[in-house]
Amino acid sequence: MTWLLAALGLTLAGAVLAFALGSRPVACAWMSTGVGLVAALLGLWPCAGVLAGGAVATFHAPWAMPLGELALRLDALSAFFLVPVFLLGALTALYGSTYLAHAVAPKNLGLAWSAFHLLMASMVVVVLAADGLLFLVAWELTVLASAALVILGGDDEANRHAGWLYLSASHLGTGFLLVLFLLLGRETGSLAFGGFGAAAGLPDGLKGALFLLAVVGFGTKAGFLPLHVWLPEAHPAAPSQVSALMSGVMIKTGIYGLVRVVFFLGHPAAWWGWTLLGIGLVSGILGVLFALAQHDLKRLLAYHSVENIGIIALGLGLGLLGLGAGQPAVAALGLAGGLLHVLNHAVFKGLLFLGAGAVLAETGTRDLDRQGGLLKRMPWTGGTFLVGCLSISGLPPFNGFVSEFLIYFGALLAVMAGPLPLTVAGLLLIVGLSLIGGLAAACFAKAFSVVFLGSPRSAAAAAAGEVALPMRLAMAALALLCLLIALAAPFGLEMLARVVDVHPAFAPAGASTIGVPGPGMGPFVPVPAGSLRHLARAATPFTAIVWGSFLLAALVGGVLAWRRHLLAGREVGATVTWDCGYAGPTARMQYTGSSFAQPLVELFHPVLQTEAHVHGIDGYFPVRARFASHTGDLFLRRFFQPLFHGIGAGLGRLTAFQNGVVQAYVLYITITLVVLLIGGLW
Amino acid sequence: MSAAILPPVLALAGAPLLQGIITRTKAWFAGRRGPPLLQPYYDIAKLLRKGAVYSGTTSWVFRLGPAAGVGVAALCLLFLPLGNLPAPFSFEGDLVFVIYLLALARFLTVIAAMDTGSAFEGMGASREMAFAALAEPALLFGLVAVARQTGRLSLEGLIRPIDVGDWAAHGATLLLVLAGLFLVFLAENSRIPVDDPTTHLELTMIHEVMVLDHGGPDFAFVEYAAALKLWILGALITGIALPVRTGEVAIDLAAMVAGLAGLAVLVGIIESTLVRLRLVQVPHLLIGACSLALLGFLIQ
Repeated sequence: MTWLLAALGLTLAGAVLAFALGSRPVACAWMSTGVGLVAALLGLWPCAGVLAGGAVATFHAPWAMPLGELALRLDALSAFFLVPVFLLGALTALYGSTYLAHAVAPKNLGLAWSAFHLLMASMVVVVLAADGLLFLVAWELTVLASAALVILGGDDEANRHAGWLYLSASHLGTGFLLVLFLLLGRETGSLAFGGFGAAAGLPDGLKGALFLLAVVGFGTKAGFLPLHVWLPEAHPAAPSQVSALMSGVMIKTGIYGLVRVVFFLGHPAAWWGWTLLGIGLVSGILGVLFALAQHDLKRLLAYHSVENIGIIALGLGLGLLGLGAGQPAVAALGLAGGLLHVLNHAVFKGLLFLGAGAVLAETGTRDLDRQGGLLKRMPWTGGTFLVGCLSISGLPPFNGFVSEFLIYFGALLAVMAGPLPLTVAGLLLIVGLSLIGGLAAACFAKAFSVVFLGSPRSAAAAAAGEVALPMRLAMAALALLCLLIALAAPFGLEMLARVVDVHPAFAPAGASTIGVPGPGMGPFVPVPAGSLRHLARAATPFTAIVWGSFLLAALVGGVLAWRRHLLAGREVGATVTWDCGYAGPTARMQYTGSSFAQPLVELFHPVLQTEAHVHGIDGYFPVRARFASHTGDLFLRRFFQPLFHGIGAGLGRLTAFQNGVVQAYVLYITITLVVLLIGGLW
Repeated sequence: MSAAILPPVLALAGAPLLQGIITRTKAWFAGRRGPPLLQPYYDIAKLLRKGAVYSGTTSWVFRLGPAAGVGVAALCLLFLPLGNLPAPFSFEGDLVFVIYLLALARFLTVIAAMDTGSAFEGMGASREMAFAALAEPALLFGLVAVARQTGRLSLEGLIRPIDVGDWAAHGATLLLVLAGLFLVFLAENSRIPVDDPTTHLELTMIHEVMVLDHGGPDFAFVEYAAALKLWILGALITGIALPVRTGEVAIDLAAMVAGLAGLAVLVGIIESTLVRLRLVQVPHLLIGACSLALLGFLIQ
C-alpha cells in the first residue's frame, strides 16, 4: 500500500506542479510524463503482487468528513482495474508530452496537465476506496477533472456543449449512486465497504432496487445504452490522449462500481442477469451500428466504446445468470470474460484513440472522408492502428479474441448443459456476439482503409508525415500489449480466477454460506468455492490458440517467403490501379467511408435513421451536385431531448412565481411566515 | 493419428477439384464440353509461374492479403474433421476459433482490396463485409445447434458422433440446420444466388471484384485460398449430412469424398438453374439462413 500511496502522492504533486509550470510548456510536459511513468511503476508493483496471490492491503486514516473514513483497500478486483489505469495513464502521458500542445490552447496547457493528473489520481482513489463517501468524492473529482479536459479540448461551442452534456449526464448518474450508497449505508449500518457484504442477506426486493440503482448510476458512466448519450459527444471533443484515457479506463470505473456493488449483493436473482444481458445486446449491437454510420473518426471510436461496454455487460450478465442458475462454470467464464474484456478494451481502445489523435494532429481533421493513403506517410501509426483494429474486431491472434472467446465458451457451456432459460441466454449471447463481431469488423475495415489505404483525399492528408517519437512509442507499446495479452492468456487464467473469487459465491471461505435462503428467497444453490477449476477448462483452448497463432505466423511467413522466392528474377512491374480502362482516375473516385458502410446502414435504416441530403444534377444548367448524410443519436433525439424539453417546459411554468417583482417576493415571505406560524400554533 | 493426417492432406490436394466439378456441371447443363476437371490446378500452376504487377497506390497490406488467406485456410484445416476421420487437433471451442480465423482472412482480403483505392474493389469489399456480418451468426448458430445434439464443443466432437441414429431421432433439426449452413456455404463462397463468380461486370461482383488487381503468384494464392474455403465449409456440411461412420477408413473416406463431389455438383446445378439475387435481397437470404438454424434449434 505504501507504494500506491507514493504513486498517489506523486500524481497529486504532479497536478500542483503542472499548474505552476503552466507558462513553461516543455518543462511541464516532461515533468508530467515523468510523473505518469514513475507513478505507473510505483502503482503497478503492488497490483501485480495482489494479482499474483499476495495479501490484500488496506490503509486507514481519520478524516474530518462526517460519516466518512479515509479507507483504501487493494484486493484482486481493485488491482485488476488499477492495472489499465496506471498502464494507460503512463502511456497517454508519454504520448501527451508532444501531443497535448497541439490539442490545447497554450494558455491552458498547465491547467490541462493539472486536470490530467487530477483525473488519474481520482480514478486511482475510486478503484481503491473502501468507504462510500470517499468513493463518491473521488467519483465527483473524476467527473470534474475530465469535464475540464473535454472543455479545454477546443475553443469552440461544440466543446462547451459536450462538456455541459457530460457534466449533466454524470451528475444525474451520481444522483442515483448517492441514493444507492445511502440505502446501503442505512441497511448495513455504515458507509464502510467492509460492512456492505452484509447486503447479501437483505430481502430480494431491496437487493433488486439496489441493483437497479447501481445499473443506472454506474451505467451512465460506463455508457450503457440508452444512458450513453454524453459519450459520443464528450469523447471526440476531448484531446485524444484524454479520449484514450476516458474511453479506455474512465468509463471502466463505472463497470468497476457495478461489479463491486453486485459482488456485495451476493446471490443474484435471475432477472439481474437478464437485465445486464439485455443491456449488453442492445448496447453492443446498436453501438456498433451507430459507429458504422459515423464519418468522424473519434466519434466512431466513441460509439465503439458503447459496443465494447455492451460486450462486457454480456459477459457479466452471463456470469450472473450462471450464478443464479447454480452453474458455476458458466458464471466463472462469463465473469472472467467480461472482466478480461475490460483490460483488453482499455489497451486497444487506448491505442485506437492515440492513433486517431496522431491522424488528427497531422491532417487537422477527424473527418474520415478527407483522409486516405496515410499508411505510407505514417507507417508506425498505420501499423499500430491496424493492430488495434484487428484486436477490437475480436480477431485472432490479438487480445480482443481472447476475452470474447471466454464469453463464447461460457455461452456454449450454457447452451449445452444449462437449464432452459440459461440455454436461451447462451443462444442470444452467441448470436449477439457474432453479429457484433461481424459488424465491428466491417466498421474497422472501413475506418482503417479509408484513413490509411488508397490515395489521399485531401491536400492535408497528402502532406501528412509521421508523428514524433514519444507518440509512436506509446502506440507501439499498446500494440505490443494487444499481442502479448493474447499470448499470455493461458497464464493469466489464475489471475482472473483471483479476481472472480472476490465474488462471495467463489470465495474460499464463503462457499457454503452464500445463498442461504431467507424468508421468500429462492431455492438454496450451493456453489463450490474457487473459480479456478472452472476457468482451468479454458486453459487447453487458450494454449491451443497460442500455438495456433504461432503456427499462423509461420504459415503466412512461409507463403510470403515462397512468393519472394518465386518472384526472384522475374519481372515485377508497377502500374496504376486498374480502373476499367478509364484514363484519369482521381482520389475522389475512391470508395469513401460512407459508401463502404452504405449496405449495412441501408439495411439497418429503421434504427439508424440516417438523414441524407441529396442535391442531384438536374435542370439544363446543373450546378454542382452535393450529397451529405448525417446520423444523429436516436436516443438523444427521440428520448432525452423531448424528455428534458418537457421537464424544462414544465418548470418554465413556475416562472410565473419568480417574476422579478420585489413586492411579490415579500408577499411569498409573508405567506410562508403566516403558514409556519399557523402550523406552529396548531 | 494416420487417419487424422488424411483430412488436411486431402483438402490441400483436392480443394481445387471441387471448383473443377462445379464448372464441369455448369458446362454440361449449358450443353458444352467445358474445361477439364483439373483446369483449376492448371490455372494455379500457370499463375505461379508468372511475374507480378503491383499498383503504385498499394502498400504492404495489399501484399499481405493473399498470403494470409492461404495461411489462415491451412491453419483451419488442422481443426477440420472429415466425417468420421478425426481432425489432427481439436479443442473445446475450436469452432469459434475457426470461424474467427476465417473472419481474419476476410478482413485482410478486404483491406487488401481497399488498398488499391479502386471504387470497384471498394464495392466488393463493402458488400463482402456487410454480408459476412450476417452470415457469421448463421454459421455459428448452425454449428451450435449440432453441438447441442452431440453434446461436444469441438468441430470434431460435434461432427464425428453424428450417425444414422441421430438422423433417425433428430432428422428434422439436422435438415433445417443443413439448409441454413448450405445458404451460408453459398454466400461465403461467393456462389449464385449471392454472387456470380463468372460475371463480366465488375459492378455486380463481390469476391471477384475484390481481387481485380491481384496477379501472378498472389492471384494463385487467392484462388487456392478460395478453393480451400469451399472445401472447409463443404466438409462441415458433408460431415453432418452423411452419417457414414463405419470405422473403416477407406469406406468413410470414400463416402466423404463422394459427398463433397455431390455437393459441388449441387452447386453447379444451382448455378445453372437459378439467377443471382439482387444485392438488396441477399440480406434476406442470410437472415433466412439464421432463422432456419434457429428453427432447427427450437424443435429439438
